[in-house]
Amino acid sequence: MRYAMVIDTLKCVGCSDCVVACQTENDVPIGYCRDWITETVSGTYPNIVLELKSERCNHCDNAPCVRCCPTGASHIVDGGIVLVTHNECIGCGACIESCPYDARYQHPEGYVDKCTFCHHRLEKGQLPACVSVCPTKCMYFGDLDNPNSEVSKLLKNRKWKTLAPEAGTKPNVYYLI
Amino acid sequence: MQEELFTSGRNIPNIDPSLEVWHWPIAVYLFLGGLSAGLLLFAAIITILGKEKEYPTTVKYASIITPIALSLGLLALVYDLTHPLYTWQLYTTIRLESPMSWGAWVLLVTTPLSYLWVFSYFSEIFPKRNLKFNVLKNFEKWLQKHRKNMAYILVPLSIILGVYTGILLSAFNARPLWNNAILGPLFLISGLSTGAATIILLSKTAKEKHLFSKIDLALIIIELGLIVHMIMGMYAGSQVQLDAMNLFIGGEFTLMFFGFVIILGLIVPGILELLEIKGYKIPVAIPAILILIGGLIFRFVMVEAGQLTRYLY
Ligand code: SF4
Ligand code: SF4
Repeated sequence: MRYAMVIDTLKCVGCSDCVVACQTENDVPIGYCRDWITETVSGTYPNIVLELKSERCNHCDNAPCVRCCPTGASHIVDGGIVLVTHNECIGCGACIESCPYDARYQHPEGYVDKCTFCHHRLEKGQLPACVSVCPTKCMYFGDLDNPNSEVSKLLKNRKWKTLAPEAGTKPNVYYLI
Repeated sequence: MQEELFTSGRNIPNIDPSLEVWHWPIAVYLFLGGLSAGLLLFAAIITILGKEKEYPTTVKYASIITPIALSLGLLALVYDLTHPLYTWQLYTTIRLESPMSWGAWVLLVTTPLSYLWVFSYFSEIFPKRNLKFNVLKNFEKWLQKHRKNMAYILVPLSIILGVYTGILLSAFNARPLWNNAILGPLFLISGLSTGAATIILLSKTAKEKHLFSKIDLALIIIELGLIVHMIMGMYAGSQVQLDAMNLFIGGEFTLMFFGFVIILGLIVPGILELLEIKGYKIPVAIPAILILIGGLIFRFVMVEAGQLTRYLY
């Protein structure tokens, strides 16, 4: 079992529905977020390309945030999901400094928090909140170890990229391009 | 053909635009940790060489500073945690991959040792005070007998402590300014240099001042070499490292880095110490104070600038 999220940048319209769904589902305090939208404009006029994408913790296979954590609060559970145990976290910020994607934030209550791939929903057999609300259905979620899963098939048939692969973190959020 | 690249959307008031989870206490902590490492190492080496009588400040008076500095440093560290009540969680695991974890363990051993070290000199430092209880007197005697053993333990511990203040930062590959292997030795040498400066400042004998001026001058030269090495390494690096260096060269930290750290904190005191060694009358307090201030600013600059550097994607 190896969870992955596949996001189709060609279908994303940047509506931020995933962001709001996450904030509601996970009680994210105002002013913080676990996922966000970026807009990237590239090219030379008049050949300009706009890319919209929804970003979050990449649940890296080689997670520097887990390596740097001095207490073991940041850890990897089954399926490769990276989680933070709130009452083991001392709020030292080492994991925040070590994440190349700046995916973590310090919760006002002191501990560090971030996307969990909605671990609590997965346990009930549901999809992550962001995936389930996306109006353009540009997000897919599933098991990379299963060659017949939707995510495996998409990655086999489409062109894709991950973010900052040169950081060596082996991210598990894939972007179809 | 010019490529236009423009990314927006990461504008999250409490997270972006710039990462700042480590504040001034971390810089102060790194400074005090390095200073303590220097003082402990010099005291231990002088003791192992059996030269305690000749260099009393190093083994006795300056080492009063180490337990104080280490305790203040720890307080600063805990103060910067956002969940300080859980600090004990540091000692429920040993995580070798996390520099912060082994730093916490090294401090757990070194801090009490530094207290014991000073206690072994209690009667000599405070000749008028009397240790009231026999238990304490006997304990002091016992410690005095074991000073050499303590020194042997302190040599590796203080080196680890000094290197750790740099490795703590260099382990973060997400911050291009920090992510270079020179930072460990650089922080160690800089810490030793601030330790030597403190001894120069406190010492009353010309012989001790002279020895530590020489040691400090050597350390300054090594440190300058390491800084050049760091800059050249960054310039040979990827775009993110070039951007990191540009903060120092023509960027917002140029004055702080070149003016205060390199010129006022290393080159000027180095020249003054050289003149002093050559026999010119120079009040050695001046280079010593410059080095201490430069060392502190160096840590502020590294902590702050490092957090401005990040991966581009
Ligand atoms: S994206 Fe950041 S927080 Fe998430 S697993 Fe990777 S390094 Fe850790
Ligand atoms: S802030 Fe918490 S989760 Fe992050 S490294 Fe420190 S203890 Fe671990």
